[in-house]
Amino acid sequence: MLHISPEEIAETLLMVHQQHLDIRTVTLGVSIGDCGADSADEMGRRLYEKVTRAAERLVPVCEAIEREYGIPIRNKRISVSPVAAVAGRCACDDLTPVALAMDRAAEAAGVDFIGGFSALVQKGVGAADDALIRSIPMALATTQRVCSSVNVASTRAGINMDAVARMAHTVKETATLTAEDDSIGCAKLVVFANMVEDNPFMAGAIHGPGESDAVINVGISGPGVVRAIIEALPDDADLTAVAEAIKATSFKITRAGELVAREAARRLGVAMGIVDLSLAPTPAEGDSVAEILEAMGVERCGAPGTTTALALLNDAVKKGGAMGTSSIGGLSGAFIPVSEDAGMVRAVEDGALNLEKLEAMTAVCSVGLDMIAIPGDTPAETIAGIISDACAIGVINNKTTAARLIPAVGKIAGDHVSWGGLLGAAPVMDVSRWSSAKLINRGGRMPAPLGSLRN
Amino acid sequence: MKTRAVLSVLGADRVGIVAMIATALAELSVNIEDIRQTILSDVFSMTMLVTIDEDLHPFEEIQARLATVAEEIGMQVTLQREDVFRFMHRI
Repeated sequence: MLHISPEEIAETLLMVHQQHLDIRTVTLGVSIGDCGADSADEMGRRLYEKVTRAAERLVPVCEAIEREYGIPIRNKRISVSPVAAVAGRCACDDLTPVALAMDRAAEAAGVDFIGGFSALVQKGVGAADDALIRSIPMALATTQRVCSSVNVASTRAGINMDAVARMAHTVKETATLTAEDDSIGCAKLVVFANMVEDNPFMAGAIHGPGESDAVINVGISGPGVVRAIIEALPDDADLTAVAEAIKATSFKITRAGELVAREAARRLGVAMGIVDLSLAPTPAEGDSVAEILEAMGVERCGAPGTTTALALLNDAVKKGGAMGTSSIGGLSGAFIPVSEDAGMVRAVEDGALNLEKLEAMTAVCSVGLDMIAIPGDTPAETIAGIISDACAIGVINNKTTAARLIPAVGKIAGDHVSWGGLLGAAPVMDVSRWSSAKLINRGGRMPAPLGSLRN
Repeated sequence: MKTRAVLSVLGADRVGIVAMIATALAELSVNIEDIRQTILSDVFSMTMLVTIDEDLHPFEEIQARLATVAEEIGMQVTLQREDVFRFMHRI
């Protein structure tokens, strides 16, 4: 007896074939806690062995699941424990050999990105953290698949402004070392406030210290499906009806993610971690978060009302998703990367969307200042100011925020940069000409807010 | 291992669609449990609930064979494990 109606089957097929429904990523988290060694080369060897063994069946298992269930899995990825947390024994200045080993391991496993060349320095920078941050520019310039992330702030610790300033210089140096490729190194580097330990999405994926040895985390997607649902509503449908429609759709998308997460974990014999409810766009036409906001009723993303529309979207996705899985985790909020979203690019080109509006949007969604190309001559202090503003929003509002800025060497506002693939292409956005230098050069730590004292 | 799956067939109507699909399924020991079929504006749409014995013929082999049939009759043929629909459309 067919318990599912032909209409429901047709709806699922339509979501996949015409509205870009897919699982954005199945990410295998692997602990490398036992890979510490006296040298970076030896640590790299141990890491390579550990990761390639753990991830041996990741890609074939994911490919079988997508075939059998008819739901595409766009990316298969790996995250490892933050390298700085394991590198203490090395007592070396250069951790690039570890990044090179990560790159080789990712290639051997057949994944496009591996995350975890990372450090958490919200309160202070240890010797291994120092070595890791120092190694980031060369590591990102000499690898294809390695992603790096550094947590510089948290609600509990406040903002480590010295680390913010240092990361601004690191971003610039990475841009310079990868200048020939439109500073692509910076697209693989993200600076966080309130980093999460189970994020399956790049560039910020790590395998947190609270996780078991290996775990499967899944990131859902489906902006095209949500937009189609909103466009199917009458023009005079009120916002409660819009929220209801998004919730119902989010439930279905999340269930697909839950099914894939359970099945991948079962077949790989590892724990199922979380389902990340982030709506993640791609540069493909129709797979855009900006276009959802425009379908809701702002003429162009960035127009007044955009933050409201985004807040409603973000909240409704969570409410629907919460019914679909009991394992919500990761970032779980809409992504608004500029270069990876054709609608966002169009909004910037049309003059509707600027950096300041993106900062406001950060307050009501997931990581906000994402994949933004800025002029190559932007001073490090200005970059630090932009990063610290994103951090301040995260720290005060007890949420994750981040900045992935690409100061494209040799480019000025209005120029274009292109990185290809999922990273997309973007116009270089204008940055305020007013200086942040005096504030940034004060250094020190912005104390944790009163709101962090919850006990 | 017995697996329930949903087979969807979509495309321009022509003679022999059900026969060709059913023949291929029978050869692969796939049991048809339910069939629903309609034609809307000359578009043929059929949904089948089937049971597969994966010990006799793996899922992948059946999908590959159906892909050949799909090419012969010029239609979209999709075979998916039933769980995906149960997960997405039922609480």
